[in-house]
Amino acid sequence: MDLLKVAQEASKIEVKPRPAFKAGDTVTVVYKIKEGNKEREQLFQGVVLQRRGNGATETFTIRKISHGVGVERIFPVDSPKIERIDVNKRGIVRRARLFYLRKYSGKAARIKEKKD
Amino acid sequence: MSGIIGKKVGMTSIFDAEGRNVPCTVIQAGPCVVTHVKTVEKDGYQALQLAFDEKTEKHTPKAMQGHFAKASTTPKRKLAEFKGFEAEYNLGDVIKADLFAEGEFCDAIGVSKGKGFQGVIKRHGFGGVGGTTHGQHNRLRAPGSLGASSWPSRVFKGMRMAGRTGFDNVKIQNLEVIKVIAEHNLILIKGAVPGHKGSYVLLEK
Repeated sequence: MDLLKVAQEASKIEVKPRPAFKAGDTVTVVYKIKEGNKEREQLFQGVVLQRRGNGATETFTIRKISHGVGVERIFPVDSPKIERIDVNKRGIVRRARLFYLRKYSGKAARIKEKKD
Repeated sequence: MSGIIGKKVGMTSIFDAEGRNVPCTVIQAGPCVVTHVKTVEKDGYQALQLAFDEKTEKHTPKAMQGHFAKASTTPKRKLAEFKGFEAEYNLGDVIKADLFAEGEFCDAIGVSKGKGFQGVIKRHGFGGVGGTTHGQHNRLRAPGSLGASSWPSRVFKGMRMAGRTGFDNVKIQNLEVIKVIAEHNLILIKGAVPGHKGSYVLLEK
């Protein structure tokens, strides 16, 4: 296990520090996309369903409703293609994995916002 | 094919220069000690015997203790022979992970994970029974017919059937070396390598 960490550390590519976010938060991921020779940014905004794994292989799942269809996308947290992650809303949820949201739509799929 | 003995540490994934996520296996390769030099004059072919992984003297037979003492090294667990080293090595020389360079291609030899007694679908890739109609109710993963009846009145040799699966010697060719971490003797290889964590892997280039 230890040597695995050593290997991960040694092959890490430096990325900007990510803000703290967890399941239930609404975030915008700014993702770099290559089209031919040009590079542009693409936004993906939605609710974080889960954070999974640890260390170099940690990922998070984002769900949004696009034109009435639920779309989920999984990003590695440390991907160098992620320009930045903006936290738009902090949600109050009771569990770490919000797969129950898939069953709900519209008003039922709302998450209470945390007011600091 | 020169090579080195290693131990599988586990799998992870790293990002390459273009930001792609590359799956890779981490292998602790070496330090290996040269314990026997085979020459054309004496043995008919040229090769090096390498030894890897410490073990106690208590668990080493006297004959092997003498063999390791000849190379003035401590007893080792795993021995293996490799041919075709470019440089000259003598008894007791140490070969490390930096034998490999990034971007090179290598072969990995190991013993695959044992799966126990398995049916023909897992073991030989049979299709099973596809349908659920025509009276089919409990033969979903059965092998089907073993052959004809009155002739030959027997089952041909080599008929693929259920049995012990895995735990075979497996060689995977042309795996890319993603990274070499010389100070810890670690080699990162693209893709999977046979065997469980902690099992020995021979890397050849």
